[in-house]
Amino acid sequence: MAQRTIIPFGPQHPVLPEPIHLDLVMEDETVVEAVPSIGFIHRGLEKLAETKDFQEMTYVAERICGICSFIHGQGYCQAVEDLMNIAVPQRAKFLRVIWGEMSRIHSHLLWLGLAADAFGFESLFMHSWRVREALLDIIEETTGGRVIFGSCKVGGVRRNIENEKLKTITIELKKIEKMSREITNVFEKDGSVKRRLSGIGVLSKDEAYALGAVGPTLRGSGNASDTRKRGYAVYGELSFEPMVETAGDCFARCMVRVREIYQSFDLIYQAIGKIPDTEIDVKVVGNPPAGSETFMRLEQPRGEVVYYLKGSGTKFLQRFRVRTPTFANIAPLVVALKGCQLADVPNIVLTIDPCISCTER
Amino acid sequence: MAETLIKIDKSELLAKVKELQAKGNRLVQIACTLADEFEITYSFDKDLALTNLRVMVSKAEPSIPSITDIYLCAFGYENELQDLFGLTVPGMKLNFNGNFYMTAIKTPFNTGAKKQEAR
Amino acid sequence: MGSFGIFKMVTGWAFQKPATRLYPFVKREPYANTRGSIEIDIQKCTFCTLCQKKCPTEAIVVKKPEKIWEIDRLRCISCAACVDVCPKKCLSMLTSYSPSVTSRTIDSFTQEQPKSPSEATVAAE
Repeated sequence: MAQRTIIPFGPQHPVLPEPIHLDLVMEDETVVEAVPSIGFIHRGLEKLAETKDFQEMTYVAERICGICSFIHGQGYCQAVEDLMNIAVPQRAKFLRVIWGEMSRIHSHLLWLGLAADAFGFESLFMHSWRVREALLDIIEETTGGRVIFGSCKVGGVRRNIENEKLKTITIELKKIEKMSREITNVFEKDGSVKRRLSGIGVLSKDEAYALGAVGPTLRGSGNASDTRKRGYAVYGELSFEPMVETAGDCFARCMVRVREIYQSFDLIYQAIGKIPDTEIDVKVVGNPPAGSETFMRLEQPRGEVVYYLKGSGTKFLQRFRVRTPTFANIAPLVVALKGCQLADVPNIVLTIDPCISCTER
Repeated sequence: MAETLIKIDKSELLAKVKELQAKGNRLVQIACTLADEFEITYSFDKDLALTNLRVMVSKAEPSIPSITDIYLCAFGYENELQDLFGLTVPGMKLNFNGNFYMTAIKTPFNTGAKKQEAR
Repeated sequence: MGSFGIFKMVTGWAFQKPATRLYPFVKREPYANTRGSIEIDIQKCTFCTLCQKKCPTEAIVVKKPEKIWEIDRLRCISCAACVDVCPKKCLSMLTSYSPSVTSRTIDSFTQEQPKSPSEATVAAE
């Protein structure tokens, strides 16, 4: 029997955006088992709901994560509006969708850069982030912040984007779409990328479903499941289909994210075409009623996020619980690592798009 | 897009979960709230329809059987129940025994204090 | 594209202006909406303490008897909640970020009080 050694991976590692620790049990160069270990960035954000009133908690919810921050804020606000039966004006819903899809594009471009860095393709990493900078400029122009948008509040949005501005944004987005085509062509067609990513970290269709995978991890294995099809905000009025690949390996998940970038551009153009001229917020009076609870599910760039809120009749919520997509993807990661080579471990860890600050809140 | 909530007893938990798995559901989350009792909610989803099972556990016997034999991915949520609330979950695979989150104060949601003071 | 698809893009950049700026010689112009740091027009302030109540990080401290308004720059997250809630509109959001510091200090602003009548008449004479 070959000798087994244990190699620690993380918490500090050049490919990891956030700290996670894996104990890899190896036989020569093959990983036999992986034991995950988290807890380096637990900030106790769920407990803050007991001492901060429900409108201030929007700022805390936005800061759960830096990359997927807008959709966390949107999810929290939608959950509180569901508890209190507040009807949000249509223009606010359209603006939330436009910012949400911009957030998705920037997150996927960031991931493409990190994935290229993981297999050593540094120039592709730098070019992906150069394209992302152009998008962050649009976001800063409309919301005031590059990464933390600060735009959602309970009852609507805090800032408006005038119709004139939406026209200039459309022109700039078309330029960014053209720039991203250059980058994603390399991912799709370059032989070295394909050789590095194909055939590793394979999850079959039933395995991914049974292990609770969400997001591109689930869609890369052939399951057509996208939480945006629930029709929250105005997704019910826009036309799109979930992007699905059947191979189930790292290359398939990469292609799902590449296709979702162009799907998001298309959704933004559709939303800008249909946006009405109404108010952007409503006044909020009262507190979430006692005994009320809600499960609000949204689609983040990494998968399905679930907000479980319980009102208590006072201005403090009784319970604020977030089930983030990376938490659900840890089990498929542990299974996908079995049987791979040591050099493939960074690629497989990045393929689930780990956002550990979301996982540990 | 329907959402259903079914209240069950601790003893029927495993049978109900097996039934939901046979129908093709996937585990979405396990949440816990502490008021006078522990209120644990298991959420399952199939084709965007959510089914929730609610189990009440008293403070006198804070334990709940593990469902990791049926759904392996439940190990993360059950470790969180142990770490934050002090529940014991016998039969769990990949049990970290209270060291999953490595918090400075053990069981921060169940310290017995009335409400945490704001800074 | 074969096995070296990025070749065209990389060589194209040799003939274009660089994508980076030569900071600190060339500084970046912020946008009009950029949330940088908070500024107060202290003479208009009525010390109603609404900004202190709304601040999510408790960065603002208002001392009504001494007429002092303080902000801890390292705690401020530039969310503009205080700007939205101020009834006298004396708070505003600048587009420049607060500068880097080497120790934690609190920025303090004191409102000047009008002089008493006897001092005013002495100054006028």
